[in-house]
Amino acid sequence: MHIDYYPGCTIKTSARQYETSALAVLHALDVQSREMEQWNCCGVVHSLATDNLIRHVAPIRVLTRLQQQGGTELVTLCDMCYNTLAQANLLVQRQPDKGEAINGFIADDQTYGGQVDVLHLLQILRDRIGFQAIKRRVICPLKGLTVFPYYGCKLLRPRAVGIDDAETPSILRDLMQALGATVVDDPIQTCCCGSYHVVNRDAIVAGQVTKIAARAQLQGADIIVLSCPLCHFNLDTHQPRPTDGGQRLPVLYYTQLIGLAFGLPWETLGLDAHHIDPFPLLQHQHSVPLEGERV
Amino acid sequence: MTTPQPDLITMQFMGKNYQVPSGLTIMAAIEYAGYKLVRGSGCRAGFCGACPTIYHKGESHKLYTALACQTLVEDQMCLVQVPFVPVARKRYVMDALQPTPNIILQYYPEIAGCVACNTCTRACPQGIQVMDYIQAALRGDIQRTAELSFDCISCGICSSRCPSDIKHYPVGQLARRIYGKYILPRSQHLADRVSELAAGAYQDEMTTLMHLSLEDLKVRYEQRVFEPVVGQNDEHNAVRQWGSPVDPVDFQDDPQAILSTGA
Repeated sequence: MHIDYYPGCTIKTSARQYETSALAVLHALDVQSREMEQWNCCGVVHSLATDNLIRHVAPIRVLTRLQQQGGTELVTLCDMCYNTLAQANLLVQRQPDKGEAINGFIADDQTYGGQVDVLHLLQILRDRIGFQAIKRRVICPLKGLTVFPYYGCKLLRPRAVGIDDAETPSILRDLMQALGATVVDDPIQTCCCGSYHVVNRDAIVAGQVTKIAARAQLQGADIIVLSCPLCHFNLDTHQPRPTDGGQRLPVLYYTQLIGLAFGLPWETLGLDAHHIDPFPLLQHQHSVPLEGERV
Repeated sequence: MTTPQPDLITMQFMGKNYQVPSGLTIMAAIEYAGYKLVRGSGCRAGFCGACPTIYHKGESHKLYTALACQTLVEDQMCLVQVPFVPVARKRYVMDALQPTPNIILQYYPEIAGCVACNTCTRACPQGIQVMDYIQAALRGDIQRTAELSFDCISCGICSSRCPSDIKHYPVGQLARRIYGKYILPRSQHLADRVSELAAGAYQDEMTTLMHLSLEDLKVRYEQRVFEPVVGQNDEHNAVRQWGSPVDPVDFQDDPQAILSTGA
């Protein structure tokens, strides 16, 4: 299998461990991946203003360029990028007049009409490879690890681009169970983490993150797993120590946990790139060095 | 016998119409019209970036940009010179910088406002993919920013057109500085050569030159020998063109010389 993937700016700066672990996992699953050439920022958020089309130029330019490079499908890692690209694609498909205006502005050789399919890597793992196939590849099951999946907003909403049920998603739960982990759920999994308020009103983020981590602790979780670099940043940097004196929950990307279950070396998974150190918790995994062994 | 004359075309400069010969650069046409350029003109060879021009042509609604010394004047051009695009630049100490992924964003946070409209790329007279290097800077790819912006001559046309008020060329400049100082591998042969020079390898020759009279220096200059170079027969070879009318540096404006070469 071959995929064209779109990394996004965050993946190249503060979430590099997501990219390295995703590429290592894809390689282990015999999936050829190619970073699309000459990509630009996705536009970050989908603009809801009906008359401000300039905000859709960035995502449409990405999709136009992929089409020019002969691609038909674009796989994203970041939830924000996925949402912005997928919603802009939908806009062009459903509102051809706006698509025409955007194309006219871009003034490229090729016009874009929404032909590219925008997919999240989780969809590739679930729908193309299948969690059963992933389960067969597991050599170090995550036995004894209690995982709390956190979905946030951008993967599930709005429904037109959501990759799973917006109220009771199961994609991360099913994936984690395939890896042999114990999974605990809570309705707070689909609440917002505070998002970009972290830039100038981080009290909002701290409030949300405190609530989310407390619910996860209450359910008995050891670790939080997610797919969005912004949620990751907020949960990893704004999580307070529990008032009962316990440990903060490490926050990992699903690709890192797949890599651990596949027995991939911890260095390629970027496990040392986290604010909350996951190593003490992961000592029992074969590919993770014991305390003091890590250089 | 009459000398054949070039066709005259109409150019509008600073709101006035002028008849100028076709085949001139915009800069030459402005001077033909009687203006003396004391700003908005520099090297006259497309390197210094001092002669940005904004123009439109005939009925087209489009606003074009170019370098006046590198672009031929066209009929119905309505143009103006922009001698200088004021661009805010940040102060930084290179030794204190670290090549971290978000270093450029720290100094030029406005690049996060890029909407990927590509107006800068379309406006660039050097054909640089300006938007793509801003995007590379945005994601901390200092090498790509440095490479894509390498041919920038800092004319500032990009920044004069940007809807997000991004100041492009200082971004490229910062990336190239960081790339050169922290990311490019050091070359040993250069370090060796520099220490050779510092140890006084050419000191005697320099001392001799310093004591020559101006006349003797001129003689030395005229008698200088070029090293043989690859591409000697190339029409645009700088050595081959030395002293000829198309040499932009050495040629003295001599009307007889122009007539005799038929230029």
